[in-house]
Amino acid sequence: MTLAMFGAFVALTLGITYWASRRTQTAKDFYAAGRSISGVQNGIAIAGDYMSAASFLGIAGMISSFGYDGFMYSVGWLVAYLTVLLIVAEPLRNCGKFTMADVLAYRLAHKSVRSVAALSTLTVSLFYMIAQMVGAGALVSLLIPQLSAELAIVLVGALMIVYVVFGGMLATTWVQIVKAVLLMTGTVILSVLVLAQFRFSPLAFFDAVAQITGTVKSADGAIVTKNFMQPGLKYHGAYGALDLVSLGMALIFGTAGLPHILMRFYTVPTAKAARTSVVWAMIIIGSFYILTTFLGFGAATLVGKANIGVEKTGAAAEAFIAANPDKAEALKQQLAEVGYVLVPNSNLAAPLLAKKLGGEVFLAFIAAVAFATILAVVAGLTIAASSAFAHDLWLMVIKRGKEDEREQVLVARITAVIVGGLAIVLGIALKSLNVAFLVGLAFAVAASSNVPAIVLSLVWRRFNATGTVVGMLTGLISSLVLIAMSPAVMGLEAPTATVRHLIQAAPLFPLENPGLVSIPLGFLGAIVGTLLKRDLVAEARFSEVIVRANTGLGAEV
Amino acid sequence: MNEHQPDWNALEQDLDFQQLVAAKRRFIVPATLFFLIYYFALPILVGYFPTLMETPVIGALNVAYLFALSQFVMAWVVMALYVKAANGFDEAAAKIRAKVAGGGP
Repeated sequence: MTLAMFGAFVALTLGITYWASRRTQTAKDFYAAGRSISGVQNGIAIAGDYMSAASFLGIAGMISSFGYDGFMYSVGWLVAYLTVLLIVAEPLRNCGKFTMADVLAYRLAHKSVRSVAALSTLTVSLFYMIAQMVGAGALVSLLIPQLSAELAIVLVGALMIVYVVFGGMLATTWVQIVKAVLLMTGTVILSVLVLAQFRFSPLAFFDAVAQITGTVKSADGAIVTKNFMQPGLKYHGAYGALDLVSLGMALIFGTAGLPHILMRFYTVPTAKAARTSVVWAMIIIGSFYILTTFLGFGAATLVGKANIGVEKTGAAAEAFIAANPDKAEALKQQLAEVGYVLVPNSNLAAPLLAKKLGGEVFLAFIAAVAFATILAVVAGLTIAASSAFAHDLWLMVIKRGKEDEREQVLVARITAVIVGGLAIVLGIALKSLNVAFLVGLAFAVAASSNVPAIVLSLVWRRFNATGTVVGMLTGLISSLVLIAMSPAVMGLEAPTATVRHLIQAAPLFPLENPGLVSIPLGFLGAIVGTLLKRDLVAEARFSEVIVRANTGLGAEV
Repeated sequence: MNEHQPDWNALEQDLDFQQLVAAKRRFIVPATLFFLIYYFALPILVGYFPTLMETPVIGALNVAYLFALSQFVMAWVVMALYVKAANGFDEAAAKIRAKVAGGGP
C-alpha cells in the first residue's frame, strides 16, 4: 500500500521533471527556474523546502516524548521568518543573481569572498543533507519493511539526482509544491482526527495532555515530576535555560542564512514577489507548526509515549535486550508475552498516530508523505550545493567570470551528481549514528557564518573582503568545533548500544547548540577583520549596494 | 548592469532616496527589536522562571503554552504590518526608478 502511494508520488514527480527538463537550458533556467515562479508558488515551495522530515517526524516525536519543550522548536522556526522578511529577502533579490555569494561579492569583488561563501554553503547543505539521508534510511526501513536502509538511501539519492540534473530549479520547485500540499493535507487530516477523539474540545484535549507526566532530575539532584503542558522535560538542569536561548538564537538567525532557502528568492521576478513568497511561507509554516502540537500531543495521549517505537522480533530483539542490560528482565517478559520487544523511536510518533486513527491506508499515506518530504528537501539542498560550486567556485573563481552558459550548466549538473553520490555514500556510512545534531549544526553554521556577512554587507559602509572572510571562517570553525565538543557529539554509551555518539567521552562544551557563543563570534570576527584593513573601493561601491537593495534598480531579470 | 550605469553616488544623496531609506529604517529597526525581544522573552522566561510560566490560565492551558502560541500571532501581525508599510516603500522606489529612467539625477 505504502509502496503504491510512494510509486504514485515518484511517477508524478518524474513527470514534472520531464516537463521541466524541456524548459531548462540556460543558467538562469537551471539555478532560478528562469525567474518564472510566482510569489505564491515560491511561498509554498519555501514552506516545502523548510518543513523537512526533521520537522514533520522529529517535532511530532519530540513533543510526544518531552511535551512542551518540543514545541519550542516550532515557535522558533516560524518567528525566524521575520528575520528573513524584514532584513534579508528583498535586498537579496535586488542585489543578487543566483547564490548567496552574489550579494557578498557585489562590492567585495574578491575571489576569497566567493570561495569562503561557497565553502560555507557546501558545508551547510551537506550536513543538512546527510541528516535527511540517514533519516530516510531509518524511516523507510521502518515503514516499508521490504526496503533496507541502504536501498532506501540509494533510491532517495538517485531520484533527487534525476530531479536536479534534468529538471533543475523548475522541477525542484514543483516537487516542493506537490510535497508541501501533501504534507499539509496529511497534517490537517491527522489533527482533525485527533481533535475528533476529544469531541472537538481543545480544552478536553489539553486536559488529557496534562495527565501525561515525565520525570526529570533538577539542578539540585531531586527528581521532579512534570506534566506535558509544563516546560522543562527536555531543557533542565544547570544549562537548560542557556541551551534554550542558544537554540533560539540558532533558529532565529540561522534560517536567514540557509542557502537553499535564500536561493529560492532568485526564482521570482521582483523584490515584491520575494516579499509575497515570505508571507505565504509564513502562513503555511505557522499553521503547520501549530498543528504539530496536535500531532505530538495527540501521539502522546492516544498512542501513549511508551508505545512509540518499532516492534522487533528474533535476532533484533535479542540484540536490543543485550544493549539494555538494566531493562533486560522487563524486555524478556515482553518478548515472552506478546512475541516482540518495542524499541523506542520517537520519529514514529506521527506515523503510529496515523495508524491508530486512520488504519493501514492512512499510515501508508503518511509514510509516503514522509518519504516525499525527505526527497523534496534533499533535492532543494542539492541544487543549492551545485549552484554554489558551479556558479561561485567554477565560474567566478576558476574561470574568473568568463561566462560560458552551456559549460556552466554542465558543471552544475555534474556537481549535482557528485553531491548526490557523496550524500548516498555518507548516508550509508553514517546510518547508525545519531545524526539529529547535524540539522542543528547546519542552522548554527548558517547563523554564525552566513548571516553576519550578509547583514553587514547590506548595512555597513566600511565592511570589506577581509571582514567577510574572517567573519565567515570564525563563525564556521567556531560552530564546528563547539558542536564537536558538545553533548550532541560527545557522550558515553554501552558498547552494544545501537545509536552511539561520535566521540565516546564526556562533553567539553555544556550546550547542545553552539549559537549563543558562535553567532557573536561570527559577528566579532567580521567586525575585527574589517577594521584590520581599509578597502576604499568597497566603501565607494556601498552607494551602489544600498541604492540597488532599496530601489530594485538594475536588479537581475 | 549592462548598458548604462546610473550615478549611484548621486542617487544615494537624492532626497527621495534618503527619505525612502529613512522611512524603511523607521519601520524595520523598531520592528526587528520588538520581535527579537518578544521572542527571546519566551526561552528566558521558560528557562529561568518555570514556576511562573506553569501558572494555569484556562483548564490545563498555562502561561507557557499561551505565550508560545502568542508568538505565532505576533509573527503574523508583524508580517501584516510590514506588508502594509512596504506597499508605501514600493511606491517611493518606483518613483526613484522612474526618475532614473527619465534621465535624472
